[in-house]
This record gives sequence, structure tokens and C-alpha cells, in this order.
Amino acid sequence: MKLIIIDYGAGNIKSIQFAFKRLGVEAILTNDIDTIKSADKVIFPGVGEASSAMKMLIESGLHAVIPTLKQPVLGICLGMQLMCNSTEEGNTKGLGIFDVAVKKFSNTVKVPQMGWNVITNLRSDLFKGIKENEFMYLVHSFYAESCEEAIATTDYELEYSSALQKDNFYGVQFHPEKSGIEGEKILKNFLELKTNN
Amino acid sequence: MLTKRIIPCLDIKNGRTVKGVNFVNLIDAGDPVVLAKQYADLGADELVFLDISATLEGRKTMIEMVHQVAEQVNIPFTVGGGISSVENVNELLKWGADKVSINSSAVKRPDLINELAEKFGSQCVVVAIDAKQIEGEWFVHLAGGTIPTEIKLFDWAKEVEKRGAGEILFTSMNHDGTKNGFANEALATLSNLVNIPIIASGGAGNMQHFVDTFKEGKADAALAASVFHFGEIPILDLKQELKRNHIPVRL
Repeated sequence: MKLIIIDYGAGNIKSIQFAFKRLGVEAILTNDIDTIKSADKVIFPGVGEASSAMKMLIESGLHAVIPTLKQPVLGICLGMQLMCNSTEEGNTKGLGIFDVAVKKFSNTVKVPQMGWNVITNLRSDLFKGIKENEFMYLVHSFYAESCEEAIATTDYELEYSSALQKDNFYGVQFHPEKSGIEGEKILKNFLELKTNN
Repeated sequence: MLTKRIIPCLDIKNGRTVKGVNFVNLIDAGDPVVLAKQYADLGADELVFLDISATLEGRKTMIEMVHQVAEQVNIPFTVGGGISSVENVNELLKWGADKVSINSSAVKRPDLINELAEKFGSQCVVVAIDAKQIEGEWFVHLAGGTIPTEIKLFDWAKEVEKRGAGEILFTSMNHDGTKNGFANEALATLSNLVNIPIIASGGAGNMQHFVDTFKEGKADAALAASVFHFGEIPILDLKQELKRNHIPVRL
């Protein structure tokens, strides 16, 4: 199993690497395109601001590579948002893998949403063994709208897509690496997905 | 529904967990990594590590401890104490801290908040505010509450939000260590004033205090140390009590 975490300079990726280590899998941090292409599984992380993260992706040429990957890819938090069509954060054009827009929560709720909320309407192998309304840890000010590609939804101000899937591409708004034992189960499920590379 | 968070705070000095009463008379309460792991298993929603000696002695925060905690603990944690630069924060986040908390350094140089929010995102910038109520007015204090300033709590809270703080950790110096309850009136004012989450800190003595700070103080999270470290309030019992009081918690 060759698991890589795309390292393009966006935020805390160590904790994702540590989470996989707890599962007994060594994840490689890299921005090398060939290494990414030859991996069995790819994690696309991201913490921070969307437009600067996108700029870093473009500078490294990764923006063109990621949408062409054939193996399972898991975007986490900002990683997931960048896989969408666009985000209101810095008026940024995304990678367009998920056909949905990312918007900002209004000031009728505290922004960012910070803490543990539940995921519902689970429909993906990614959530094997995870029960409806399981708690996950979230920190975000922007959300992907409800859409057909949603494989989980969460309620904060409104119902939004807290996880997305299209073909081999998966995205989660929450942080499975910080969501206790249940979060680790999701990472384990991702590792067990079939690779069609 | 987003749940209210229970956050044990581990005050760290020389790599050990300590908790002072009114910030003095330190008592040893264990190894931070072991304690952190235990709290994660017992249902804590998040952890805060504050290097309480850092600001006073100019000591840098403990990278090695951060590394070990990040390796072994599967819930989010914040690191604070003596953080005064973008480089400090970069190092802490690089080793697995999820958020950093800045306090005196933000008061001394408010632009630090903007710089951190811009570089790392607001979500990882917690601004800790220690304040004391003096003749009815709340004033910000520095360096673990030892140095008074003329800055008013509510003005400062507004400003840190504007500058990009993702969260405010408010400690009432009047309540800290007393075990008589949180500063709910000031907390409620804060919560209405800003649109970022507020963590209540200082004064936890029993379970009702937590109920009160969520209901009356409108806090988004509550932080405590000794009542958790010495087993006076088991976290699971606390969460069940909160649930009985119709406060949403992760159970």
C-alpha cells in the first residue's frame, strides 16, 4: 500500500500522517507529480485560505494532475472545498471535480463552525460501520451546498454537504484524523477502498 | 446540531501538567501526553495546553510535547503560551498542533493576529483574553494575569474578531481558581458582541456551573483544569448532566 499525502504547503498535514501511523500505515508527504500518480491512495489535505492554497496548487502544477488521478483520492476540509467548482473564499475557482459551489455561512450563526456535529444521510463505502448521526469534528467558515454528489450531510444554519463523492474522488468537510475512533474508522475504510490504478 | 465543547486545559510547566489557584501554588497533576490520551478516551472534545511559564520566563513552547500529543491523541488540541511570531506558530502547526492561542503577544502587537489569520487561516487562531473586573469595568491583563492594562475587554474582543481571530478564550481573573462558577454575565455580553465562538474559562467548581455557562453565559465551549485533573468532575458524568439540561453534547 503506497499512501501519499499531497504536500503543497497548506496547513497541518502532520496530524493526518500521525492518524494513519496509528492505523499502522506510513503515509508519504510529497508534491512530486510522478510519486502522486503512482500511489495507491492519495490524500488531498488543506487548512488555511482557499485562494492562496489554489495559487500554490497552480504553481506546482498539481491543479492539472489531481483531476486526472485514477486511484481513490480523499480531500479533507479545504482539500474537499478546492475539489468543488468554486468557493466564495477569495472568489476562487476550484478544480471542478465536484459539481457544487462552496459558500460562506451567514452571520446568523457563529462563524467558523467549530466543534463536533453529526453526519447524516450516509451513503458510501467510506462510511462502512459508521452509524447515522455519528459525531465528527469540523472547523470551517465555508460549506459545500446540498447536491447530488453528497454522501453525507450536516446541519449548521442549513443542511449542507459534509462529504462528497464522484467516481474515485471523495471529499470530507470534517477532520476524520481529529474525530476520535470513529474518524479513524473512516480513514481505515478509505484505505480499504478498491484501487483501479 | 453543533454541540457544546468540554475542554480540559493542561497547564504545562517544565513538561508537566500543573494547575494553580489564582495562578499561584502550583500542584503537579501528571504527564501531559498520558493525561491527554486519557481525556480523549474519556470524552473530552478538545484539549488546550498552556505553557504557563512561557510568557513569564520568555520560554518557548514545547515542540516535543506537541509532537508526542499529535502522534498519540485523536482529538483536536490548541497550544498556547509564549507564542509571539509567525515562526513560532509555523513550528507548532508543523508538528501537529491544530490551533494556537495567543494572549499577551497579541495585545503588544495586534498585527500578529492578522498575520497568523492570513498565513494559517482564522480557524487555528485562538485569542486568549485574561480580564479582571475592576469597579464594574472589565480590563485586559497580561502575562498570566499579572500585568493590568487599560484595554477594555469588550473593545479588545471586537478588535481581535475584526483582525481575524477564529475563537476567543476568555478567562475571568476574578473567577479563576475560585470554583464559584464562570463569569456568565461577561460571557453572554461577549457572545452577543462577536460572531466567533467563545470558550468560557475560570471558575468551574461543579457540574451546575457548566450548565449555567452554556445557558446563561451563552458559551460555545467551557474549559477547566483542576476539576478534571483531580477527578472531581468526570467528563462523562458532566456530559450526561448537560444532556439532561437539554444542552447539546457529544456523547
